[in-house]
Amino acid sequence: MPPDAEAVAGQVFAALADPTRRAILAALAAGGPATATDLAGQLPVTRQAIAKHLALLAQAGLVTAEPGERRRVRYRLRSAPMQVAQQFLAALARDWDTPLGALAGHLDRGARSPTRHGGTP
Amino acid sequence: MGFPDRIERTVELAHPPGTVWAALTTAAGLAAWFGDEAAIDLRPGGRAELRWAGGPTAELRVERVEEPAVFGFTWPIYGLPGGDPRRTYVEFTLEAAGAGTRLTVAESGFAQLPAGVHRAACDGNARGWAKELGELASYLDAA
Repeated sequence: MPPDAEAVAGQVFAALADPTRRAILAALAAGGPATATDLAGQLPVTRQAIAKHLALLAQAGLVTAEPGERRRVRYRLRSAPMQVAQQFLAALARDWDTPLGALAGHLDRGARSPTRHGGTP
Repeated sequence: MGFPDRIERTVELAHPPGTVWAALTTAAGLAAWFGDEAAIDLRPGGRAELRWAGGPTAELRVERVEEPAVFGFTWPIYGLPGGDPRRTYVEFTLEAAGAGTRLTVAESGFAQLPAGVHRAACDGNARGWAKELGELASYLDAA
């Protein structure tokens, strides 16, 4: 994976590590684009703090600001960095040890014995 | 070292390559240890399907069939949305080892990125975000 992709994934995970930013991203994912004021109405955080988080999330490329007057600027989640981060998780979540253990068990029991499966992909 | 593009495991099995090959490449074999149900059209370009009782289904495309030494297929990356075009390549390599088989499975392609995503993901970010987050934390703590 290119180092810059790793940096992108790193930013996603850094964003998700903070409960307030996680809540902001979750609210944008669930409800679509929103202003800092909208988000302050949903989350137990001041509008000022949310605006600061949004500015940093925008700088990191995780949200994008739609054109608009100040205070009415709506922020939208950007999916591309999330897709990069998903692949890191996919590599970590891949489990070959369980199915290979099931294969060995299947072979040792003989082809027609009862089965014990290796779980989902 | 970055995150892995490739995952590899090797196991020693106390059965000859022909027996292992059948377990890897037949519907009955695959259904016995991998999926709960399986179907396979064993030829390059053929389709195979694995189903699990819990619901997931994996659609495979057979790529390499070199009995009894190499079996390769591609499949979607588990955990990505259904329409995602990314697939990983899985290759089983069987080597005779004494009376048994040394089986290696290698899955690669986790680091690939679909067209457009890489650029889209990388624009607009870049600079020392961790540092700025640290500054934000100090700012909020002081508020």
